[in-house]
Amino acid sequence: MEIRVMANILEQNDRIADELKAALGAQGIFALNLLGSPGSGKTTLLENTLAALKDEMNIAVIEGDLFTSKDAERIARQGVPVIQINTGGGCHLDANMVRNALAGLELAALDLIIIENVGNLVCPAEFDIGEDCKVTVLSITEGEDKPLKYPLVFKQAEAVILNKVDLLPYTSFDMEAACEDLSSISPGAALLLVSCRTGEGLLDWYSWLRQRIAQKKTRSQADD
Amino acid sequence: MHEMAIAQGILEIVADAAANNGAGKVSRIKLQIGQLTAIEPDALRFCFAAMAAGTMAERAELEIEIMPLICRCQDCSRSFAVEAFRLVCPDCGSHRTEITSGRELRVEHLEVE
Ligand SMILES: Nc1nc2c(ncn2[C@@H]2O[C@H](COP(=O)(O)OP(=O)(O)OP(=O)(O)O)[C@@H](O)[C@H]2O)c(=O)[nH]1
Ligand SMILES: [Mg+2]
Ligand SMILES: [Zn+2]
Repeated sequence: MEIRVMANILEQNDRIADELKAALGAQGIFALNLLGSPGSGKTTLLENTLAALKDEMNIAVIEGDLFTSKDAERIARQGVPVIQINTGGGCHLDANMVRNALAGLELAALDLIIIENVGNLVCPAEFDIGEDCKVTVLSITEGEDKPLKYPLVFKQAEAVILNKVDLLPYTSFDMEAACEDLSSISPGAALLLVSCRTGEGLLDWYSWLRQRIAQKKTRSQADD
Repeated sequence: MHEMAIAQGILEIVADAAANNGAGKVSRIKLQIGQLTAIEPDALRFCFAAMAAGTMAERAELEIEIMPLICRCQDCSRSFAVEAFRLVCPDCGSHRTEITSGRELRVEHLEVE
């Protein structure tokens, strides 16, 4: 006997993610899913972003990490609430983990939640965790071939941050090829050239983020 | 390996569908997996075999159909097969394209005894 099913394998995850979207949307909170390879600079970007924005809005961070709380400790030093999720070897965050983490945050007071995903260009891209948008960090020391090798994580991103541009003189990174590949995979995404070391490009990133947060606030107030 | 989570999702869907149809053993599971997903078919087979051991899907054969990446241009309405992950419209050059196939992660049908 044949049984026709036509069921989405990630249905359960997606259902929880939709729940989270509705809950965060109702409070006008913007949620950002930060993706990228291990060592691409996600936590460093976060540290800079928190230092720049924490006085103008209320931010909380969720840190996904395989086993440690090292990144969460770095974030806590910025004086913002941070919740650690240890995946115990799991290669990605899923919506249920984020739901559990959110239970530990005082949502009513928040404008922005940034979720640093597990460092990995493959697995996290497939899992919606209730975010408004994904942002992918690619550091130039990883090489310009990564967008074509890991297309999904770049396709899903609304902004791609090319980090560590201070190291360009010391690498053979082909910026033209990288930009060309990125804009063909993800034609609508913002491409931001940044150095968390020198600060180059960070102001553009903050403006991009502020604008996305403001758009959501306007939309959720219009819904009220 | 997130294929473990995917394999678990498949097994839950299969168990539900089999139970709802009063089926005993599952002999075949047909999946549709988009080209633009983060799934490695061999890793998925491996994880599924591990996950299905001792269940009614233990002997099920996994058939995986890879769904090609196809986009539709929102400006000129042309549908096109995407090559080399270039999601830009080959006709009018528009960047406003939407994926109509290639993101599937779907259990299509089962064969049961
Ligand atoms: N030269 C240079 N180094 C940077 C830059 N941004 C980050 N780094 C360094 O890169 C290393 C890794 O940065 P992290 O921020 O810990 O990277 P991550 O992406 O959070 O790594 P995981 O959490 O392990 O996935 C650190 O030594 C940073 O100081 C940059 O713009 N330029
Ligand atoms: Mg980190
Ligand atoms: Zn077109």
